[in-house]
Amino acid sequence: MRKIKEEFMEIVFALTASVSILSVVLICIFLFVNGIPAMGKIGIIKFLTGTTWRPSNKIFGILPMIMGSFYVTLGAVVVGVPIGILTAVFMAKFCPPNLYKVLKPCINLMAGIPSVVYGFFGLSVMVPATREIFGGDGNSMMTASLLLGIMILPTIIGVSETAIRAVPEKYYEGALALGATHERSVFFTVIPAAKSGILAGVILGIGRAVGETMAVIMVAGNQPRMPRGILAGVRTLTANIVQEMGYAQGLHREVLIATGVVLFVFILGINLIFSIIEGKEEE
Amino acid sequence: MEQPVKNRNIEEIVGINGQTWKEKMIAYKAHPFSFFMWILVLVAAGLTISTLGYLILYIFVKGVPNLSLSLFEWRYTSANVSMMPAIINTVFMTALSLLISVPIGIGAAIYLVEYARKGNKLVGIVRITAETLIGIPSIIYGLFGSLFFVIALKWKLSLLSGAFTLAIMVLPVVMRTTEEALLSVPESYRTGSYGLGAGKLRTIFRVVLPSAIPGILSGVILAIGRILGETAALIYTAGNISKIPRSLFDSTRTLAVHMYSLSKEGLYINQANATAVVLLILVLFINYISGLLANKLSKASGGEK
Repeated sequence: MRKIKEEFMEIVFALTASVSILSVVLICIFLFVNGIPAMGKIGIIKFLTGTTWRPSNKIFGILPMIMGSFYVTLGAVVVGVPIGILTAVFMAKFCPPNLYKVLKPCINLMAGIPSVVYGFFGLSVMVPATREIFGGDGNSMMTASLLLGIMILPTIIGVSETAIRAVPEKYYEGALALGATHERSVFFTVIPAAKSGILAGVILGIGRAVGETMAVIMVAGNQPRMPRGILAGVRTLTANIVQEMGYAQGLHREVLIATGVVLFVFILGINLIFSIIEGKEEE
Repeated sequence: MEQPVKNRNIEEIVGINGQTWKEKMIAYKAHPFSFFMWILVLVAAGLTISTLGYLILYIFVKGVPNLSLSLFEWRYTSANVSMMPAIINTVFMTALSLLISVPIGIGAAIYLVEYARKGNKLVGIVRITAETLIGIPSIIYGLFGSLFFVIALKWKLSLLSGAFTLAIMVLPVVMRTTEEALLSVPESYRTGSYGLGAGKLRTIFRVVLPSAIPGILSGVILAIGRILGETAALIYTAGNISKIPRSLFDSTRTLAVHMYSLSKEGLYINQANATAVVLLILVLFINYISGLLANKLSKASGGEK
């Protein structure tokens, strides 16, 4: 009796372990089955490289949104990566222990703040500020990039800090012993040794930025046209789905799911790069 | 921690070798590059923290004056824009998502740690898929949830569709933290239990799991944090009705979705401010608890070594 129970439970545990496999399979099947046919109907080249998005005329080109996601993410990287890495350096190598006890929970909190709250902050502080300082209507590529740059900070800081701390202390001490200053030792021996870990953090941050939805919608303007400069509004792939999914029907709806498929493939690619880098580091 | 240094004011000491600020500045004169890098690092850290500080301060200063009793009335009307139903929905949504994801996550972690032998193929696949799930953005979960739960299973826009979508989303979080917690239980506990004649199941449930509880809890709290703040995955799975649901198949609106709707409509900016405060307080509270747990965990593991 006891043996049967033991074996039965082992099977139950194995089944629960399989749930995540089942989930990934289901997500792939449902996205691809619902999205790919629409690409076929429009023509995959036309769909991916079409520069016009006009659902009412059945013109579905998502290049504007792909470029929108690309530019906004690039902007977020320009803002977030230098600040994030330098903050990580501060946390790992410059921060007095008492201050660290306060700062670390702050960074964790930053990661925990919901994206709607960031979006709301962007909408009520950053959009008017951009309008005042740079003109335009404030809902722009630049605002979205800035906001996303802030949002990916905790990811980059967390991963980079871990990478910097993982570098053996003797690297730093060796450099000091050769007469380098604290800063030189950190920036020319420790950071180069931690570079693949830091890169992994940056890639993870890029994944966050590409996939971020609510905050971007609230500040980017969402005009479905080719990006026209950093002060003009843009629409990202994620925003395209949320903006129109509510009322879309027929082919339009399928095309939005196809937009999701494109986003999903991008994310899978980014994750793949991330795990390759991380795998290399473990070696 | 604090080592008193003779003849010097402790606050003046900045370096490990006991430099004072003045000495440090003089040393930098010979190394302008180092000075520049030092300033850069300080500025970056300052920017990060002041951004966070400004955000929190802004939300509180703008939001707290807008908190009024009418925002917490039981029924939502377009006059009072009450967030009470949304708060209650959030509780339901969180509880239901956890009810689904926590047992599955713990079970999966038990399998990975306690049962799987080295070279087990299932383990590798589970790890890869869990990692994939962590990286998928919430809008993709929302899209999947609306295609699978809402349409294919005909659950409509409902509490249940939303909860299942979120459960898949937080499953890898629960799984990973539980796995770490189980791995940190010393092997001697297990052998001790076997030595006393307990079977594998009894060992897991009576010995291993109880000592892993703080770690598992921290995973659950992380999951709660994600559920609380989630919007994109819920709009097209749980919908946007700001009433307390009568059944699992009623559409609901959580606090985060409520807040998005308010700020999107642009009519209720004051109320959106107030909602932001409530949401932020909840997040602060969750973070505080997870900090406490993390402290407890690091102390516990420090004591054993």
